[in-house]
Amino acid sequence: MCLAIPVLIKSIDDKEAEAEVGGITRRISLWLTPEAKVGDYVLVHTGYAINVLDQEQAEETLSLLREIAEAGEAG
Amino acid sequence: MKYISEFRRSELAGGLISHIRHRSKTRARFMEFCGGHTVTIFRYGIRQVLPETIEMVSGPGCPICVTANADLDKAIALAKVPGVIIATFGDMIKVPGSRSSLQKAKAEGAEVRTVYSTMDALKAAEDNPDKPVVFLGIGFETTAPTVAASILQAEEKGIKNYYVLSLHKLCPPVIRTLLDAGEVKLGGLVCPGHVSTIIGSHPWEFIASEYGIPCVVSGFEPLDILQCVDMLVGQVEKGESKVEIAYRRGVRPEGNRQALKLMEQVFEPAPARWRGIGEVAGSGLKLKSKYRRFDAEARFNIEPGPTIEPAGCICGDILRGVKTPSDCPLFAKTCTPESPVGPCMVSTEGSCSAYYSYGEGLGG
Repeated sequence: MCLAIPVLIKSIDDKEAEAEVGGITRRISLWLTPEAKVGDYVLVHTGYAINVLDQEQAEETLSLLREIAEAGEAG
Repeated sequence: MKYISEFRRSELAGGLISHIRHRSKTRARFMEFCGGHTVTIFRYGIRQVLPETIEMVSGPGCPICVTANADLDKAIALAKVPGVIIATFGDMIKVPGSRSSLQKAKAEGAEVRTVYSTMDALKAAEDNPDKPVVFLGIGFETTAPTVAASILQAEEKGIKNYYVLSLHKLCPPVIRTLLDAGEVKLGGLVCPGHVSTIIGSHPWEFIASEYGIPCVVSGFEPLDILQCVDMLVGQVEKGESKVEIAYRRGVRPEGNRQALKLMEQVFEPAPARWRGIGEVAGSGLKLKSKYRRFDAEARFNIEPGPTIEPAGCICGDILRGVKTPSDCPLFAKTCTPESPVGPCMVSTEGSCSAYYSYGEGLGG
């Protein structure tokens, strides 16, 4: 029930935003993430953005996982 | 989709699985608290790819499953009050209470609407100014701030017919209760991801420091779960117990301060009843006196009658992690997703539903 998915913010109108996921545009609330900007990815739970996704951390995690996979192949 | 498909890549999963298999030497039982994690683990067959040293057990992290029958009965009784519109998340509709369900009440004429968001519930209140709209506030720390925001919006817009039945539950206090009961010995905890998005990773520190149990906050894609298990194994093998975050793109150690602020503005901790666990002090949320006019319990005098538990159902034991669905005599016989006896079979995130959907414990 605590499902939240990453969506891309396309435009902001006060405390609401138009966000896109998989080609579909939806209206979401920014009450919980007033810092969100156009171009940010936010995690959306029941229509509310609950955080601004940290894109740098996502890349860091993926490069760590690539290192683990490559080390396994080499070993 | 961005930030979803990358975290499902099989070659990276293979790397993590080898890494886990290579370094896991000590037998350990890890509990995934959250029902969303249970679903990922079953959907991607993660139990099957882990080494024999690692046992995964499911915890009570499904808000619908842990809602006590007495509270469910209150919601059903509210639905039967003439003129009331009930707005609720979908899975709640089919959960059987002591004598009825929201679905049955609806068939008998009650107005029960499934909503995706509290925003839809607010809209229903605006569109029906002469009818009270009661939102069923069921959910953990992930959901409670969205309900707090809806109450603040109702106040801002002067909406006078919007009410909340606050059955919210808080996760850290119930984990302490489970650990104190000592029925399940845990070697590690997969901490809930989106609960931690709100509350941060600090509220789990007591589990590592007081109980010596490794904790890792996980996301919901298969790579997230595998990375989390890998980090738990790392702690187990080093004899450490600390709180780590595997889901760094979604969770900051301090959580979401704005969400916490709104939640604390509207709600205060209160005792809450958990199915199978009982009343746990400070594990629920009630509306603060300033917002009492939005409290459905204060507005309506609800008398749901005595509580009856479903005969033979072991959802309570399953939620505590001491039994599995295949231990239940009703599982896949009289209790199926089409005709559920207990909530763990109703909710898509319930253990029984996950076992049933992915063929676990069905024999053959």
